[in-house]
Amino acid sequence: MDLLLTNRALFAILVSAFAAVAVALTGERNRNLRESWTVLAALAKFGIVASMVPGVLAGQRYDVNLLQISPGIELALRVDPAGILFAMSASFLWILTSFYAFGYMRGGKEKKQTRFFAWLAVCLSATIGICFSANLLTFVLFYEILSVATYPLVIHAGSEKAYRIGRQYLVYAITAGIALVGGIALVHNAAGSLDFVAGGFLEAEMGTGLLWAIFACFFIGFGVKAGVMPIHSWLPNAMIAPTPVSALLHAVAVVKAGVFGFVRLVGYTFGPDLMGVLGAAAVLAAFAGATILLASFIALTKDDLKARLAYSTVGHLSYIVLGVALLAPQAMLGAAFHMVTHAAMKITLFFCAGAIYIHTGKKKVSQLDGIGRQMPLTMAAFGVGAIGLVGIPTIGGFISKWYLAAGTIDAGAYIFLGVLLVSGILNAAYLVPIVTRAFFRTSPDHTRFDEASALMVVPIALTMTLSILLGLFPDAIFNFFSLAEAIVETVTGTTFGGAT
Amino acid sequence: MSQIPALIPTSLLLASLLSLLIGLKSRRGAHWTALLGAIAAFAFSLMGVKAMIDGDGEAIRYAAGNWIPPIGIEFVLDSLSAYMTAIITFIGVIVLIYAPRSLALETPGRERMVYPSMTLVLAGLVGMCLTGDVFNLYVFLEIAALAAYALLAIGDRGAPVATLRYLLFGAIGGGFYLLGVAYLYYATGTVNMADLSMRLPELMESQAVIVAAVLMVVGLGIKMALFPFHFWLPDVYTNAPSVSSALIAPVMTKVSAYAIIRLFLDVFPPGFFTANLPLAQTIGWFSAAGIIFGSVLAIAQHDYRRMLAYSSVGQLGYIGLGIGLANPIGMIGGLLHIVNHALMKGLLFMIGGAVRLRFGVTKIPDFVGVGRAMPWTMVAFTVGVLAMVGIPPTAGFFSKWYLLLGSAEAGAWVWFAVIIASSLLSAIYFFRVVEMVYRDPESDSAVEDREPLPRGEAPASMFWPITIMAVSIMAVGIFNVLIVSALLERVAAPLGG
Repeated sequence: MDLLLTNRALFAILVSAFAAVAVALTGERNRNLRESWTVLAALAKFGIVASMVPGVLAGQRYDVNLLQISPGIELALRVDPAGILFAMSASFLWILTSFYAFGYMRGGKEKKQTRFFAWLAVCLSATIGICFSANLLTFVLFYEILSVATYPLVIHAGSEKAYRIGRQYLVYAITAGIALVGGIALVHNAAGSLDFVAGGFLEAEMGTGLLWAIFACFFIGFGVKAGVMPIHSWLPNAMIAPTPVSALLHAVAVVKAGVFGFVRLVGYTFGPDLMGVLGAAAVLAAFAGATILLASFIALTKDDLKARLAYSTVGHLSYIVLGVALLAPQAMLGAAFHMVTHAAMKITLFFCAGAIYIHTGKKKVSQLDGIGRQMPLTMAAFGVGAIGLVGIPTIGGFISKWYLAAGTIDAGAYIFLGVLLVSGILNAAYLVPIVTRAFFRTSPDHTRFDEASALMVVPIALTMTLSILLGLFPDAIFNFFSLAEAIVETVTGTTFGGAT
Repeated sequence: MSQIPALIPTSLLLASLLSLLIGLKSRRGAHWTALLGAIAAFAFSLMGVKAMIDGDGEAIRYAAGNWIPPIGIEFVLDSLSAYMTAIITFIGVIVLIYAPRSLALETPGRERMVYPSMTLVLAGLVGMCLTGDVFNLYVFLEIAALAAYALLAIGDRGAPVATLRYLLFGAIGGGFYLLGVAYLYYATGTVNMADLSMRLPELMESQAVIVAAVLMVVGLGIKMALFPFHFWLPDVYTNAPSVSSALIAPVMTKVSAYAIIRLFLDVFPPGFFTANLPLAQTIGWFSAAGIIFGSVLAIAQHDYRRMLAYSSVGQLGYIGLGIGLANPIGMIGGLLHIVNHALMKGLLFMIGGAVRLRFGVTKIPDFVGVGRAMPWTMVAFTVGVLAMVGIPPTAGFFSKWYLLLGSAEAGAWVWFAVIIASSLLSAIYFFRVVEMVYRDPESDSAVEDREPLPRGEAPASMFWPITIMAVSIMAVGIFNVLIVSALLERVAAPLGG
């Protein structure tokens, strides 16, 4: 029993890997059995992760050291506030996405469903591995597995276009991975250690040139997955994947793995102080700020609903990167919390987009006139997600944006306060018209109530509820806010003494 | 225990002879004799590895016929030769298990000469690794080469010409090496490696020794297919039978690399290859060029085997980079890449043979739908590809990782960049094949015009060797530190650190 408890971090990773094998072996012969493997693994994974939250909040760390994979460097896991915050949001949303995906894949009569669910499970294993990696080498191991495991999902459609996008995706992902490996080799050469330490373990004495080289490698390595411009362009294209993938992987797990990489980079490798002294934080903030604005403008021009959401994701990922790069505790808190709130809100929007597509075949914003009459629940949820992303109070997005804005003032970086405000308006400009169009225009196509299947509507309702609850009671839902505070406290040494 | 250094080559030589004689009567008998000989040699090699671990790397010396060196011939088993012989004999066993079905298709009626040749190649290669003198290294080199020419020449239509070219360049390479040995003998009066390493430090400035070193390295460089001496290689691997490629591509060129490493670390005095004469750096730079050149040309190939051949040119460069870095961690990376590349390339050639057996195709665009037809083989293929690209936790990642560490330590930033760039290039040419393989005529609109391939894996005698290789790639990756700390750290120790 003790062995089981102390190795929980490992089981949290492995459970979905086993599920992937079970899914693959069950196959099309018995779909319900196959689906139940996914559900069981998702519930088990979430349960295991959730069981460690109280301990982590109490200051405990769960370490698992497996074996040496390079002389002196172990394949090692460690559960800390940052890791478990990300793991909680990813594993919880996997449960909902699973049900949604059953509805989506069956409703759309998609092919290769076994392959789809198996690789989705592998992706979740890799994501949790990234969350719990105790050192950079373990991190990159899971990071690369995630890159490869996403590929079969990107090319799912099997069309020439899907394969072309798959190639682009691979080139980006492999470049990012190998740049990261290069950066880690440099870190090893400079510091002789690769273990994450809250507050960082690199020193200014290691030489400015070397540190900038490390930063450049990491910037490419994480920036690609986090969709930082100008290395973001794989992400909007990857929307060719089925919507559950866009929702879970390209709004939550994969892209947030890149963002999480920046958290590990700033908070646990360089440390906020060194990032500031070096000037790398300013560069990172500049890229993130530019990405926020540009992505929002591009989103305005997109008529394809998923493309618009994808650019919205690009922008919002950079909110988190910006919050981390500002180095102010409040901004970091906002960034950490935005990892959760953005996940809840954006997955809601993608779920809605997928439900509309499967149910009506419509993909474009301009086709959505009056659809609120036909699918009021879906569009109401879409509305909640939309105004949440804009940053209207009572929804989760407000809280995280509030702290981000407070952080810009703390950091004296007023220009980024401007960026946040402008982008808030742009968010409204590209999201709210979709809702008004749906409810206030009419169309002969949509006259009577006719929602998508319950397998899709219920998850949508749940993620919508989660978005609202995060705004009303930020800490009541799985202690997300306390975890975010704990991240900032361990990294910067500030104490909030707040919500808990 | 002290006979191990002699038992490994002897069991293979004996098997070769017996298999030739039995082959006159029975084809299956020839196969089994060869296989048993290889299994025995592999078992002895494992005993050798164990002896090295237990004995803390203490070399085991065996004087042939009790003639004491420097007059007699000596076999020496140390950490490096134990490592090499284990790899060679392992690949030998696997390929011999795999061989019969593939040979029956690709070289009908000529199998009975293949098995003695295969064991003779293996005998020559392990002999090169175990011999304690530089002249016998040449003898074994030629034994291995002559047997290899036979194996390669029986392939497709272009094979005899390609092999003739290989023979000419191989002879030139061997000639260079032998000339170097002659100079060395002239300068020192001995060809025994241990003797040489004692006498050479006084002769560091000698013109004859410098010329000898250059000649030997150039000769071995041609044999190793070190860029720009690689030109014989692609045609040979493309036209040879799958079995020959699967045996020769993984181990043959590596053993020449081994010989360079042996000269560098144990025969010539410390610093001779780096400080006195920048041979190591030169090898490193040619290797870096070869990595880029091989990878770029691999992208341009349509024939699966030819792509693998150019990939080999690039991959050999990693071993050369390990030599060029001349620091312990870099050398460990180069050495580890010997086993990694042996496993990966062996696996990929064997899979090529299995696909050819099932569907008769060797061109990459014809691989459409193979993933559905041979699912497990293609899982193994994917493992091989991930290792070639260097995705953790496969073996291929860790050799690159150590080479990156070594480059960072040496401040060799160009090589650092080359290693990074080549991973991307390998990804481009290998994932292209993966994409083809997993395109499915039944469900992909991109390939609707294709007929689905009939389902079915390769026969068990091919399937299981492929599976074992794929599992080994994962195992070597995950447990690479065991190999590094038990054998390779000791090998690289003369480089300091």
